[in-house]
Amino acid sequence: MSEKKPALWLRITAILIYAYIYIPILILMIFSFNTQKLNVRWEGFTFHWYAQLFSDQEVILATRNSLTIAIFSTIIATIIGTLAALALQRYRFPGYTLSESTLYIPVIIPEVVMGISLLAFFSLIKFSLGLTSITLAHIAFSIPFVALVVRARLHGFDKSIEEAAMDLGANELVTFWRVTLPTIMPGVLAGALLAFTLSLDDYVITYFTAGPGSTTLPLRIFSMVRFAVTPKVNALSTLWVLSVFILLGIGQIVQRRQTRT
Amino acid sequence: MSNLEHGGQPVVGMHLPTKKFSILRSIRENKRSQGLFLISPAILYLLVFLIIPSILVILLSFMTRGPYGNVVYRFNVDNYLRLIDSLYLRILWFSLVVAGMTTVFTILIGYPLAYYIARSPVNQRPILLFLILLPFWTNFIIRIYAWIMILRTEGLLNTFLQNLGLIHFPLDLLYTPTAVLIGMVYEFLPFMVLPLYTSLEKIELSQLEAAADLGARPFRAFWRITLPLSFPGMIAGSILVFIPAMGMFVVPDLMGGAKTILVGNLIRNQFLVARDWPFGAAASMLLLILTLFFTLFYTRRAGFGEELLV
Amino acid sequence: MNKNTYRIFALLTTCALLLVACGGQTQSQSTELNLYAWSEYIPQALLDGFTEETGVKVNYDTYSSNEELLAKLQAGASGYDVIIPSDYTVTIMAKQDLLEELDLTKIPNYANISDEFKNRDFDPGNKHSIPYQWGTVGLAIDRDKVTQPISKWADLWDPAYESRVVLLDDEREVLGMVLQTLGYDKNSTNEAELEAAKAKLIELMPNVRLFDSDSPKTALLAGEVSLGHTWNGEAAIAHSENPSIDYICPEEGCGIWIDNLAIPKGAPHADAALAFINYVLSPEASVLITKEFPYSNPNKAALDYLKTSDPEAYDAYMGFAATNPSIEDVQNAKPVIDVGEATALWDRIWTEVKGGE
Repeated sequence: MSEKKPALWLRITAILIYAYIYIPILILMIFSFNTQKLNVRWEGFTFHWYAQLFSDQEVILATRNSLTIAIFSTIIATIIGTLAALALQRYRFPGYTLSESTLYIPVIIPEVVMGISLLAFFSLIKFSLGLTSITLAHIAFSIPFVALVVRARLHGFDKSIEEAAMDLGANELVTFWRVTLPTIMPGVLAGALLAFTLSLDDYVITYFTAGPGSTTLPLRIFSMVRFAVTPKVNALSTLWVLSVFILLGIGQIVQRRQTRT
Repeated sequence: MSNLEHGGQPVVGMHLPTKKFSILRSIRENKRSQGLFLISPAILYLLVFLIIPSILVILLSFMTRGPYGNVVYRFNVDNYLRLIDSLYLRILWFSLVVAGMTTVFTILIGYPLAYYIARSPVNQRPILLFLILLPFWTNFIIRIYAWIMILRTEGLLNTFLQNLGLIHFPLDLLYTPTAVLIGMVYEFLPFMVLPLYTSLEKIELSQLEAAADLGARPFRAFWRITLPLSFPGMIAGSILVFIPAMGMFVVPDLMGGAKTILVGNLIRNQFLVARDWPFGAAASMLLLILTLFFTLFYTRRAGFGEELLV
Repeated sequence: MNKNTYRIFALLTTCALLLVACGGQTQSQSTELNLYAWSEYIPQALLDGFTEETGVKVNYDTYSSNEELLAKLQAGASGYDVIIPSDYTVTIMAKQDLLEELDLTKIPNYANISDEFKNRDFDPGNKHSIPYQWGTVGLAIDRDKVTQPISKWADLWDPAYESRVVLLDDEREVLGMVLQTLGYDKNSTNEAELEAAKAKLIELMPNVRLFDSDSPKTALLAGEVSLGHTWNGEAAIAHSENPSIDYICPEEGCGIWIDNLAIPKGAPHADAALAFINYVLSPEASVLITKEFPYSNPNKAALDYLKTSDPEAYDAYMGFAATNPSIEDVQNAKPVIDVGEATALWDRIWTEVKGGE
């Protein structure tokens, strides 16, 4: 294992696993062009469903809602979660065990329970349900996931760099910003990515904390799917994946340009 | 620095309240305060949006169901007594088995993948990780339906294998435990790969090279160095997979034909079908306590708590 | 890497703010209606027609079961103006004071509903609800695959159908059906009878390939099963895709359900709600429902209108048992009635069947 490149068998295994991950997605995309509405067998090729999507106001609204909620909840949850991870991984303070347990609860609490309890809570304090209530709920379940991922990254973190920076005159804040944060950044970004994904895909908790007009994409798709998984639903998912792919591509190009200059 | 430290008038014409400043000073100098300061946003947030609602649920578990599914506010422990029954223990056991197998398989499949990414050139890694998460931006239900399309009797896999002549009768895959496992692993794989990757990525290549120089063969180096160092990631991943898997009911319902009741179904049924919220709350509490103990025990053993500032 | 991170951050934040700014919906009182109903149940053309006539915009949110609707409303969710609960749910909600009383004088089109659907047991005097659509729960048969005669629910237990049956994932309908095969009441609360039903259902399990309440038609059309305990709507759609799929009301009796328009207590746009209900009950609007969705329409005036405006569709509607069951079948049909305290018992029996392998 002293070569720098991954071994061949490893590469093949990885490719197989990626295949396992992506074949259903490809099937999904292909069947978005199926003429048969109930999408049980392939009958023919059409763009009809895509056209339908662009005129579907409910879907457009749901998409906008989902993105808004995901972005806001991710930013806040990542900040709070990273701070919490730092606290738990490097400090001892009164109430440590209690804090740690509290942080894990959203991971293990059944979603139905969390959803219902939040619904009851919001109605108790007369807080009207809508995009805000959903976002607040999403932050709550995202924080522990961010914290867990960042903690795994922090474990074994070499503090001597930080100590060196402090010896050289930097205070805690500067040390954190210029030494610690960049080093744990992969973990923080991984956590943020996870939080974003969780928010976009959440159904149960969102269901209970949503109000009139604040339908999200999973809620919308779920109700569309109740009838059958029509190609329209596939088309929606395909568009979503493609747009992310394109964004990724743009990001890559931008990065290449950066490294060149 | 000196004037401000002494709490006296600063040199420059700023006037800062001395009381506020001593709080900041104590945070800067006192490690315990620092810790509390860092964790307070999380704790405060969860206190309001998790603890208080959870307390509502705990209280609920001590109530009873009224004749129309409403809640009768009369304190009793009937629900918990009801849970002590072989039926519910059997359901719990099934869920443990499903969640356990899902965890094992996500480790078996996720580890090579995480290792591969950790060993790839640095600029490729974000894309490779992203590619794992990308499918999750389709919709959960649709992904499962895609699998149904693949695994069903007249589905794509069977048609493919039959056309190739590899099998003569269609494989009975859908609505079996195998299908459920395929679906579960599919859904939970990223939760294992991401933490594993963050752990593996930190392992210095130089350590492995040193081991090689000292005469250790690749497998031995892996077993004695890489694997133990990746335990934190494996623990984090196991928690992120095992526990939600315990409460999962959508995949077993869709891929398994809804023929079995797991803990997730049980709780969901109480809230959404039988409308016996108190009983559902009690069942949730028991599940919660169980998994909480499991989590704390697991992370403490693995040394999460060892990172202390001296 | 630092600079890029900040740029991405800034970009994301700007996007988020833009999204919120662009997406802000101004909620003004009297020009909106919040509709909360099943999905695939209300034609867009109907909603558009209502908006055109009254200027009121309709927000259509969906739920996927009566229990979810109940759960939400019982826990205190508000803001909805019109809901469409099923028969037994109306009873429960009325008892818990979750529904507004309907002023029928403000809903003149109520007269369009057939008399047999008015004043039913679950809501005497239609104080809280007015029928929207109705249907049955019967047996869908793929005549291509099933050649022997079938006329009773009890026939499902034939070992020839191993792994060829789909049942609804609905404890009331399934256990109720099993009770009927044993000659008991579908809504029995007798423990001995339920235990017997449990044993009988466990016997059926080898024949059950899957449980599915959402889309049993898919399993039928995909060839996974040849027999289905299904809603009439599902069978009708399957039939239109594959004419060999038939639908019967077995001898023991099929299930019957009626979905109803109702107004939850404290609805913010109550006036618009009444106007909407009245609009839905008009023949022109109601006919749109029948043309788009394959359920049975309790609106007599709508069916008359369909006969004259689109005879072909009328004949198709009348000709298939799923949309137009015979009078005997309807009389023989048994609805689900809330069993109150015995709900826990029913749930336990169901859990034992599914959790007992």
